[in-house]
Amino acid sequence: MTLKTRIIPCLDVKDGRVVKGVNFVDFVDAGDPVEAAMAYDAAGADELTFLDITASHEGRETIFDVVARTAEHCFMPVTVGGGVRTIEDIRKLLLSGADKVAINSAAVTDPDFIARAADKFGNQCIVVSVDVKQRLSQGVGGDNCSEWEIFTHGGRKATGIDALEFAHKMVELGAGELLVTSMDCDGTKNGFDLELTRAISDSVPVPIIASGGVGTLDHLVDGVKIGHASAVLAASIFHFGEFSIGEAKAHMAKNGIPVRLDKS
Amino acid sequence: MGEIITIIDYGSGNLRSAQKAFQRAAYENDIDVEVLVTDDAELVRKADRIVLPGVGAFADCRAGLLAVSGMRETLEEKVLASGVPYFGICVGMQLMAERGLEKGEHEGFGWIKGDVVPITPSDRALKVPHMGWNTLHKHQTHPLFADIDTGPNGLHAYFVHSYHLVVTKTEELIAGANYGGEITACVGRDNMIGTQFHPEKSQKLGLTMIANFLEWKP
Repeated sequence: MTLKTRIIPCLDVKDGRVVKGVNFVDFVDAGDPVEAAMAYDAAGADELTFLDITASHEGRETIFDVVARTAEHCFMPVTVGGGVRTIEDIRKLLLSGADKVAINSAAVTDPDFIARAADKFGNQCIVVSVDVKQRLSQGVGGDNCSEWEIFTHGGRKATGIDALEFAHKMVELGAGELLVTSMDCDGTKNGFDLELTRAISDSVPVPIIASGGVGTLDHLVDGVKIGHASAVLAASIFHFGEFSIGEAKAHMAKNGIPVRLDKS
Repeated sequence: MGEIITIIDYGSGNLRSAQKAFQRAAYENDIDVEVLVTDDAELVRKADRIVLPGVGAFADCRAGLLAVSGMRETLEEKVLASGVPYFGICVGMQLMAERGLEKGEHEGFGWIKGDVVPITPSDRALKVPHMGWNTLHKHQTHPLFADIDTGPNGLHAYFVHSYHLVVTKTEELIAGANYGGEITACVGRDNMIGTQFHPEKSQKLGLTMIANFLEWKP
């Protein structure tokens, strides 16, 4: 009897459509995020994350409809990230049916926003999403710095902010969870940045979601066992049918990681 | 004419998913109900069953609820005097306690004897908030757990919280979860029940429990 390690598929959504599509069998519309959400719900995903990468302001309204339609069909926790900058953004997402919001750039530009959001909606609702890269050279940020730096704007903009220091600050301000994405590993399929994940996880009290780089099921296991993550997030290995959620859970269970295997 | 279920809206959290889950549970079990989300105490007065959700901090939820004109009085009249079935979810459950000790000391409804205190897992590696899926163990048999498998191989419930209600009267503790020690998962007495976990997010376990609540005749 224990808390189970969560497997979280992540869907990138642009203008209300899944980017790159999701390659499941029996899909009528591979670009419909709600259909993908329902498939993951049925497959036993523990949570679902929508990352809204819509660029235009008008297009941003589409995510509320996606979340609302998902909430009609899926009775599982949903996190929504991408462009969350104001208390009103959060309120609208929660009223649409989201349970948590992931805040990225706004946490860097306006850290106090995290405190206000956590006060208003509770720490449990506020996920701070940190995009991290290894520093190009050691000691760039001065002494007492870790080897990792925070990036914003989808990993394009360096901030000079130390990743470990930032993680501490966010938790202090009220982040209930940290989604840690290694920009170095993202898309490589070579596995999570385990050192980074572990360094952050071991130094803050809140759960860490490891993200970026998953290519095999062993990578998920490593993220938990070596990286000390409470949850693992992956996109492409699930979307393109390389592995199912069930296979991922079976593999983790075989490696001694407690997972939820309820029949729905 | 089916029963009227009111989910009380006091500016806290995710009411749409709660409403959808109650509608789905009713639909799947052929129960004729109307599920309303409302901040109108008069509507709550007419309800056959009352649901109080709540996410966020104890004091904020309490203040939000008290700010709704006539709601506290209506709740006490309906739940305590008229014996209408009540379902508190997460902070809606914590508010049933005598006191909440999150960000100061705050008075609760006092329906369940006990305080809402921080969870303190014995294993320092365990993270707080207690966030995710955990199994339950029953301390009492209760109609809301009909057809729900509990125990280490049972169904899972979705939790996300840093505080829990420690009851004074053991008979009011219905179910617990284990997280570096005992976590209160479900409390209740008479016509009231409260869960720390989120039935509206707990897939099969949650929908079954909601259906049981809709059919509950305390």
